[in-house]
Amino acid sequence: MNRKVYGKLIFELSREGRRGYAVPRSGLTADDVENKPTLPEGMRRSAPLNLPEVDEPTAVRHYNNMSTNNFGVDTGFYPLGSCTMKYNPKINEEMAAHSCFAGLHPSTPAFAAQGALELYWTLQKSLCEIGGMEEFTLNPFAGAQGELTGLMVIRAYHASRGEGEKRRKVIVPDSAHGTNPASAAVCGLEVVEVKSREDGTVDVADLEPLLDDSVAAIMLTNPNTLGIFEKDIPRIASLVHQAGALMYYDGANLNPLLGVARPGDMGFDVMHVNLHKTFSTPHGGGGPGSGPVGVRKGLEKFLPNPRVVRRTETPEGFPVKDTDRYAIEYSPISLGSVSATLGNFAVQARALAYILTLGSDGLMDAGKLATLNATYIKESLKDCYLLPIEGLSKHEFVFDGLRDKSTGVTTLNIAKRLLDHGYHAPTIYFPLLFHESLMIEPTETESRETLDEFIAAMRDIAREAAEDPETVKTAPHLTPVTRPDDTTAALNPILTFDNL
Amino acid sequence: MIRYCKTHEYIRVEGEKGYIGISDYAQKQLGNVVYVDMPDLGDELEKGEDFGAIESVKAASDLIAPVSGEVVEVNEALSENPRLINADAMANWIIAVNISDPADLDDLMDQAAYDEFCAAGH
Amino acid sequence: MHRYFPHTPADIKEMLDRCGVSSLDDLYGDVDSSLRLKQPYNLPQGMDETAVRRYFDHLAKKNVTIDVCFAGGGFYDHGCPAAVKSIASRSEFLTAYTPYQPEISQGTLQYIFEYQTMMSRLTGMDISNASMYDGATATAEAVLMAVASQRKRNLVLVSATLSPDVRRVVDTYANYHGVELATIPAEDGETSRAELARMLDERGKEVAGVVVPSPNYYGIIENHEGLADLCHSHKALLIVNCVASTLAVLKTPGELGADIACGDAQSLGIPLSFGGPYLGFLCATKALMRKMPGRIVGATTDSEGRRCFVLTLQAREQHIRREKATSNICSNQGLMTLWVSAYMSLVGAGGLREINEASSLMARYLLEKMTSDGRARLRYPSKPFLNEFLLETDYSVDSLIAAAIRKGGILPGIKVDDHTILMAATEMQTRHDADHLFEIAKTCV
Repeated sequence: MNRKVYGKLIFELSREGRRGYAVPRSGLTADDVENKPTLPEGMRRSAPLNLPEVDEPTAVRHYNNMSTNNFGVDTGFYPLGSCTMKYNPKINEEMAAHSCFAGLHPSTPAFAAQGALELYWTLQKSLCEIGGMEEFTLNPFAGAQGELTGLMVIRAYHASRGEGEKRRKVIVPDSAHGTNPASAAVCGLEVVEVKSREDGTVDVADLEPLLDDSVAAIMLTNPNTLGIFEKDIPRIASLVHQAGALMYYDGANLNPLLGVARPGDMGFDVMHVNLHKTFSTPHGGGGPGSGPVGVRKGLEKFLPNPRVVRRTETPEGFPVKDTDRYAIEYSPISLGSVSATLGNFAVQARALAYILTLGSDGLMDAGKLATLNATYIKESLKDCYLLPIEGLSKHEFVFDGLRDKSTGVTTLNIAKRLLDHGYHAPTIYFPLLFHESLMIEPTETESRETLDEFIAAMRDIAREAAEDPETVKTAPHLTPVTRPDDTTAALNPILTFDNL
Repeated sequence: MIRYCKTHEYIRVEGEKGYIGISDYAQKQLGNVVYVDMPDLGDELEKGEDFGAIESVKAASDLIAPVSGEVVEVNEALSENPRLINADAMANWIIAVNISDPADLDDLMDQAAYDEFCAAGH
Repeated sequence: MHRYFPHTPADIKEMLDRCGVSSLDDLYGDVDSSLRLKQPYNLPQGMDETAVRRYFDHLAKKNVTIDVCFAGGGFYDHGCPAAVKSIASRSEFLTAYTPYQPEISQGTLQYIFEYQTMMSRLTGMDISNASMYDGATATAEAVLMAVASQRKRNLVLVSATLSPDVRRVVDTYANYHGVELATIPAEDGETSRAELARMLDERGKEVAGVVVPSPNYYGIIENHEGLADLCHSHKALLIVNCVASTLAVLKTPGELGADIACGDAQSLGIPLSFGGPYLGFLCATKALMRKMPGRIVGATTDSEGRRCFVLTLQAREQHIRREKATSNICSNQGLMTLWVSAYMSLVGAGGLREINEASSLMARYLLEKMTSDGRARLRYPSKPFLNEFLLETDYSVDSLIAAAIRKGGILPGIKVDDHTILMAATEMQTRHDADHLFEIAKTCV
């Protein structure tokens, strides 16, 4: 990463008359058609379009220089809690760009896209095996949309039983990420918070009275946001099911369960996974992701359209031809559609490449190693950082800032000082259970040397906080830019170059 | 007469009119105010329902109507400079309403009760 | 250990010691044995890279090779400069998370700022967000945004000429969110202005927004002159769904007086990839800035006074507003924003104009060719179109699609019904491709 910011904007490199692309020549001229294509005056753009005019070398250098202001998993350690920033394997990229899939139009008839549909179906089935679910849809574009889709499945299920109007509440732990309540609200459901105990696990005593016939579902992550396994999960599932409601598994924290346990076996009815977390597809600076949704048997008919299915025989009972093996279906009782297409296919291809590369054997190890790495950091730092919850934790854990609070050094200061040491910061001020939350998730792809260096840096910062707090409080010092003025940005928003 | 809600709005009653804003305690909690979402003139407010929102850089809070009534004034100065609320929250009210039922004021807190409420860390 | 896992057995042993446990399983002592996996996943053993390649090649061979794509319906086979692919594969961009730490994310933040600028210029709108998942969800979010920004209005009118793929998604979001939709009927392939006026007269006080496409699903460039005034006279927002690349030549939503512009930007050089990832754009007037869903990047300065960029207006978003947020979206299409910004930078306004001209000329040529033997005709002959049109055929569309794919490696279009096909052209096809398709069509019955 740069120490100095590359701050030019492409608009500042633009010079009239330059161009960076030669449009293909079809060989057609206006003389080749009888009626020349014309647009009525009132339908034409009148204002000139002002886009940058740059040559190819200038553009390439511009973006490459810009990239060096950025920090990615390939740059260094990225212990961002709840985001599972594991290594993004290169073979996945090669497979996602495979020329036989990259040019395929989404409306290609099934007989001509059997390979693509088989890929899609194979990933659905692999996720069923890993999640312990009956069926999966890969359509949702992101975890948040997966949540929304899962809640729609739940509403469609209750509606099919004549309880659609009655069951409009979703129970969400007060420690949950803001997306859970937002998804519920977009889905037309009312959010009811259930209290967490000190360790962030659900307070069953608080949950029980909330469970009645107005409840559609409870949304949980397991392990929870503190990385702690919800031991009461069988009891919670049984209470929720007794009340006629469904169990929703938010797959944000699925990684530590790889090779250990499956949400379906814990009593969850609906779940989503984030292919960009657990299944190693790159985060791309915010997207594209993919948030497949799995359901237990009996709920598959509500999954969104279109669906990819595998057929073994025709409706008349004959074996199907190879060209008809995989088909795209629209079910009339489906919840509807959440995407115009089958979702982010190139992301799905990456995830399948990852599952094939790891295989059953590799996947069986992944979760445990992720937990080992997190526990190792936790145990190595808890003498200088405040560990509010002792005991076993999984792929991530939370410190409540420094043990020594007298220095006035906050979690934000620590996070910013870590940037100077060449690390991405952990997740900060989440969960809201503690004032100084510092949430660390190393993932299984980090070596012991990396963890030891990180531990040393964290200890260094703790020492510096005591000896020279000012340096920590004014960090970062060595990044391309220093702290931005957020207030001015929000007070007088400048959202385009034209307003700069 | 000034009365407060548990959600930290105040209402300064002047005859039939009530000037509604957020308390000094609330503005301190919120930090630098960057935007105030206000209703239109003529909107009818229901006591207990939200009529707008107030935003800082990293937080946002709904504005809850302490009384029912029609919006008769909107403090346009806040659109230009929302930080006036940080400068003096009590002077820089957000809207004024025609109070439709003075009984709406009965369950609100007076200054002493509100001070106690804030001291208790609410 | 697998090649993605760096630990040696000695590392694991020493680390377990530090953790005070004796085995990896001990780290899961709190997971009841009844919940534990009883056997390894029923999945194949791990593969080396060559095996993975072979597997994908094997799948690829099961597709029928298609070299020529006359299918559109919102997604088009446009070309893309090689440099775009190279830029988007920079791993500093590819492997970064959402830019929560602006000090080490200026690369991402800056390209989003460039994207927002280019998108607002392209659509003629004041502002753009940092992108949505795709055009369909962007349109659905525009509908929710219209309702959220209008107190006590909950009805949105949607033109029948909007793509059915987009409409399905809008229907789903509206249905679950509790927004009422009503369809504005089509008249001769276009949104019926008379019907819209009637609907607004009847229920104008309930209408939060009006959604119309341009070009519409049939490829027709609808005349939306005066539409904004009609909507605004009823205090309804005008939402225009458009195809990004065509805005280089078509009247923009901004020029039409729209309040929200939305749609898919796949047409800006994004590979078709059997459905995604694409990119949804969402642009609006400044008045709606605080009601925008999704990420927004703004310019500011750092503590040393240098220009820099940050995620801004975050108080709108789900992580702060929770259930009060307009949307639950908490990401954007990151890398695809980079893709289309690099595309627009390299291709430029001049290139986009040429691409539109070439596409439209090829569409015209294809139409004339396909109709030259009198066995097919334009469904809406009096309506203007750019690069896509609806063709009525005497022969079966199924037979045309099957024959064109099998005999010519050509996807001829999208079937609308047994004798209607939607065809689109881009700068990527040649005269020979159109001639070839016509020769195949001649054999269809």
